Amino acid sequence: MATTTTIVPSAGPVAGSRSFLSRLREGDEIARMFTFLFAASVVLITVLLVFELWQGSVLSRHKFGFNFFRTSVWDPIFEQFGALPFIYGTLVTAAIALLIAVPLGIGAAIFLAELAPARVSDTLEFFIDLLAAVPSVIYGVLGIFIVVPLMRQYVQPALKLSLGFLPLFQGPAYGVGFLTAGVVLAIMVIPYIISVSREVLLSVPRDQREAALSLGATRWESTWKVVVPFARAGIFGSIFLALARALGETMAVTMVVGNTPMISSSLLSPGYSIAAVIANEFTEATGQLHTQSLIELGLVLFILTFILNGFARLLIVATSKRGSGMGHV
Amino acid sequence: MSPRLRWRKFVSGFMLTMTGVCAMVAVSVLFLILGYLAVHGGTSVNWNFFTKLPVPVGETGGGMANAILGSAKMLLLATLFGVPIGFFGAIYLAEFSSGSIAFVVRYAADLLNGVPSIVIGIFAYSLVVHPFRQYSTLAGGFALGLMMIPITLRSTEEFLRGVPNPLREAAMALGASKWKTIATVIVPAAYRGILTAVLLAFARVAGETAPLLFTALGNQFWSPGWTHPTASLPVMIYTYALAPYDDWHRQAWAAGLVLLVLILVINIVARAILSRGIAVPRS
Repeated sequence: MATTTTIVPSAGPVAGSRSFLSRLREGDEIARMFTFLFAASVVLITVLLVFELWQGSVLSRHKFGFNFFRTSVWDPIFEQFGALPFIYGTLVTAAIALLIAVPLGIGAAIFLAELAPARVSDTLEFFIDLLAAVPSVIYGVLGIFIVVPLMRQYVQPALKLSLGFLPLFQGPAYGVGFLTAGVVLAIMVIPYIISVSREVLLSVPRDQREAALSLGATRWESTWKVVVPFARAGIFGSIFLALARALGETMAVTMVVGNTPMISSSLLSPGYSIAAVIANEFTEATGQLHTQSLIELGLVLFILTFILNGFARLLIVATSKRGSGMGHV
Repeated sequence: MSPRLRWRKFVSGFMLTMTGVCAMVAVSVLFLILGYLAVHGGTSVNWNFFTKLPVPVGETGGGMANAILGSAKMLLLATLFGVPIGFFGAIYLAEFSSGSIAFVVRYAADLLNGVPSIVIGIFAYSLVVHPFRQYSTLAGGFALGLMMIPITLRSTEEFLRGVPNPLREAAMALGASKWKTIATVIVPAAYRGILTAVLLAFARVAGETAPLLFTALGNQFWSPGWTHPTASLPVMIYTYALAPYDDWHRQAWAAGLVLLVLILVINIVARAILSRGIAVPRS
């Protein structure tokens, strides 16, 4: 995380003493303007994106208002659009994903940062990075052909047998559904949690560990009671990052969630998610209101991930600064 | 050793072993994926796969040549659109900008980077598809290019900043103007990093499916020119995997294998280029 210190000469002593005209002649001003155009276009594109989402959903926002988030009828024929089942599905699948991915991811990150020798750690991190590069549609394919049959034949019957008295695990075992989508999402986001958490754990100053060990702590106690709390904010950052990924993930979820707009307390039942309904219905949207409602769903997704990503970045930057800052003391 | 200490040592050993298990489980997923794809798709990756059009249901054989070409065309467009914006924007950020403007640009780039890919699809649809009433290769390339911008921009800036300041000062002391310093000293010094950034951005969007669903749509045939709907490898994988035909499933596995190998190879090459570089921080 720590970049080498660079003081970028915005205008060095030489450049500063020259007049605007001579800089123009030498091309510096032109180069500045030229590159500025490209930098500005990034801002322009982003503003345009927000504007299009806002403008594109104007009909639906005006017609349904807040009821859009409270009602659960999604009926293109009668033009009634309530997004509750999709929001519910998105949140439930993401929550399941985090429940699985957080312990596994943090455990693996602890191993990579604290235990494994540098070379092993780097090699494993290399594989983790490759894992993060696997496209989501491939996770979807594996989800359909491997996770869904496994769920239907073994995991879900076993869950019903052992925990079937809970409302969470009732109903027929379809294979597809909230639980399956959550599991596939968990597999997808684990690499993000590992990479970022490893990075922040590595930035914890060595003194912290040594101090704990010298007081007689075991290796695990020094890790769990000193190093991990020190890096807490950054680890939370990695979790928020993973959550943002999970909420916005489209392909893998669409392929295994069952695509049924239902709000069911059972995790075994099929459901739907915001991204999945956009993917499935956007090209076949029947009327303007239908399209606009889908765009409003996109807007919701955008706002959710925007908040989570911002939060994540703040936490991660704060931790790595704290780590490297104190390390030099 | 007191029982208490023995217990603490046991807990320590047990928990540390568990973290190792977590790491092994996480990494083994990669090999599971590769193994499954190789077993199920390996046999269907043949000459036909790369050279033939998809065949109707019921006929065996056929390939995904149109999808491969479609993906290649869109990735070319994406690179032509996304990389210059990212590259020159990064030069502005690292070499010319002053505080507040740079902050806004970086903020916008980070925001764009976090946008879910399906939302990028909606944006490209309303900007390129809707006004012309036509799904097209162009729109797909635009959507993918949008996703390349923030990745290229942020990492290129990082690598430009990693170039040691004495290099800048030396060039300027020789009387070079600023743009000459950038073009002949700074960018060449950071080129490995920049190349890595571009390759990683390319690999990232090569597998994107969601932004293509309603920009490039899909096509069972060749897509002439740039303004028609086109097939692409990721979307083909999606539709073929969901279809109820065994033969299509085999094709989907094969396409998945080809796509994944491509992406992993680019990733590995990118990292190899970087690790041989000089004087650039690994961010």
